[in-house]
Amino acid sequence: MKITCAQAVLEALKQEGVEVVFGYPGGAVLPIYDALRESTIRHVLVRHEQGAAHAANGYARTTGKVGVCIATSGPGATNLVTGIATAYMDSIPMVIITGQVPVEMIGRDVFQEVDITGATEPFTKHNYLAKKKEDIPRILKEAFHIARTGRQGPVLIDIPRDVQEALIDFEYPKDVNLRGYNPTYKGNYKQLKNAARAIVHSKRPVICVGGGVISGNATDEVLELARRIKAPVATTLMGIGAYPSKDPLFAGMIGQYGAYSANKAIEEADLLIVLGARMGDRATGKTDEFAKGADIIHIDIDPAEIGKNVSTNIPIVGDVKITLRELLKFEIDREDWDKWLDMVEKFKDDESVIKSHDAEGIDPISIIKGLSSFCSDDTILVTDVGQHQLWAGKYFEINRPRTFISSGGLGTMGYGLPAAIGAKIANPDREVLLITGDGGFQMSMAELATIKQEGLDIKIIIFNNSTLGMVRELQQHQYDERYYGVEMVGNPDFSKIASAYSIKSVKVEREADVYPAIQKILNYKGTVIGEFLVDPKANVIPVSRRCSGETHIRSIG
Amino acid sequence: MKHILGVLVENNPGVLSKVSGLFSRRGFNIESLAVGVTEDPSISRMTIVVNGDGYIVEQVTKQLNKLIEVIKVEIISDDSVVRELALIKVSANASNRNEIIQIASVFRSNIVDISKNALTIEITGDDQKISALVDMLKDFGIKEMVRTGIVAMDRGNRIIKANN
Repeated sequence: MKITCAQAVLEALKQEGVEVVFGYPGGAVLPIYDALRESTIRHVLVRHEQGAAHAANGYARTTGKVGVCIATSGPGATNLVTGIATAYMDSIPMVIITGQVPVEMIGRDVFQEVDITGATEPFTKHNYLAKKKEDIPRILKEAFHIARTGRQGPVLIDIPRDVQEALIDFEYPKDVNLRGYNPTYKGNYKQLKNAARAIVHSKRPVICVGGGVISGNATDEVLELARRIKAPVATTLMGIGAYPSKDPLFAGMIGQYGAYSANKAIEEADLLIVLGARMGDRATGKTDEFAKGADIIHIDIDPAEIGKNVSTNIPIVGDVKITLRELLKFEIDREDWDKWLDMVEKFKDDESVIKSHDAEGIDPISIIKGLSSFCSDDTILVTDVGQHQLWAGKYFEINRPRTFISSGGLGTMGYGLPAAIGAKIANPDREVLLITGDGGFQMSMAELATIKQEGLDIKIIIFNNSTLGMVRELQQHQYDERYYGVEMVGNPDFSKIASAYSIKSVKVEREADVYPAIQKILNYKGTVIGEFLVDPKANVIPVSRRCSGETHIRSIG
Repeated sequence: MKHILGVLVENNPGVLSKVSGLFSRRGFNIESLAVGVTEDPSISRMTIVVNGDGYIVEQVTKQLNKLIEVIKVEIISDDSVVRELALIKVSANASNRNEIIQIASVFRSNIVDISKNALTIEITGDDQKISALVDMLKDFGIKEMVRTGIVAMDRGNRIIKANN
């Protein structure tokens, strides 16, 4: 029996185990919407296409499954762009389906036509313009395979409207045949042997974990490695959750806005074991000063990341879980490890917070600590981008993978709210907490309607300082306090915004009210917007007395 | 330093833009790029000349390999067979036409078009040979020139093959 390609797309999604798609309809994607109407797959209508991409991102990151979003041609597709780039930078598996104008109209600048495969080529793992109806099943199969294997990432499929309507005999391929795509999963034996030898001989080893450990489901192996070799573990922003914060070997987040203990440990290390991290500029600062005294073992699934930013002594290309399992078979135990761990322990003690001014509002860190103390390890924390993100990354205790969801590489403001929606839809029985700022929240607050429409329970905490705090902080340090364009004049009354959507709200103005308010918010059944008026002068740096981040401030814009 | 890459790619529309886009956005400089179909019609082969140090070539190779439609990337050694074709249109009149033809024949190049005031020469060779001819013809006045960019192949048994 022949079915339309639109129906074939839905059938393929079903066979790939897709349960939910996030989308926004339009003329060029109507055949797929018609097929969706009859499908068992749940469609979540967002209020802006970017929200669909971020929601698919939150869905993918909390579950490990491929997130799927759908939009129409032209503006629908271009509105997805920021969301696709966000997913690409953080290696999030996603399949994005866009409608396109009919095949014979392509290239004539017809209504709502845009070259979306051309536009997204730099920040998709792969993309397709599906001009032939018989290619549809193969393309869908390949897209899911590419998105979820190797170094994961977003794959876009652009389907002209007439192709969606065309009839085919549907048979979903069992295998893919991609001769140019063969990720290496097993690490090189010789290099593993070298790595084991380097570990045994090291006096001051540090393990640094990135997002790859989470997407590679290798947290158990990392824990075993750290305990076997008695090495402190630092994380990148994307690696938060890859190692339990409460573990004594945890040294904190590295980087420009990271923990003193983590940066200092890497500065003093004689061996750095990098696992599933790309060593981005925000993590390393000046690369020639990064881990100067250390040999570097770098394990990553993407060979292009090894040696790209920091030079590596022992490069190992492979899946981090499989490769670590192999490494753990070697003799890697070390002697005399206690001195180094004592030293790192002392670095942690130096991380005391100081306030450099008279606060004019609630201390933001106290809110994070309060929230952390009332939440369980099971809580999914989603953040937006800015100061609150870094405070959350540092002071919210994250003990499990896939429970800290944040835009790392691209730093996309407006990510938080729709990502939280995706996280909640994927995990209806778990607490989803969003920490956002007044700036980032306003970038995507239209999605409150999606929350209402889907009947979701998300706890939204707005750090309101009526300022773009992160930018203000950069202007303070780098532009001699010449502030411009950072004051959010004309902010709405967030409680009225909430009530417009029949959403409960709580406004907290005094530090003494923080803990009771947090309890009230978390105990409420249903979505709450908790607005906290935080100190507009509070900074992410300097937060510690002796912050090796000083070198980072100078080196990074 | 110049490096020659032999790159096997899927013979799909859009591959060229994916490859060239990668070079520009990663800041790699392409000196020339030539592309054509191989003995297997589903595979095209590109010969790309890049300028850069070892780090750049390593990055180019790794980033090219990341493209799904790139099947194989190999660095072609310095002593390989390297050829380029150029068409050169030179000003010529009755008085100097013979002299130009003589020069062309020294370079074993062909006269492919002739008119009252111009000659078109086709030459095949490596960069040095073509540059030398261009140099000789400059004095007569080069009206137009087009070059294919180099194609290259390793000598002997070394081949670049897609392992299916």
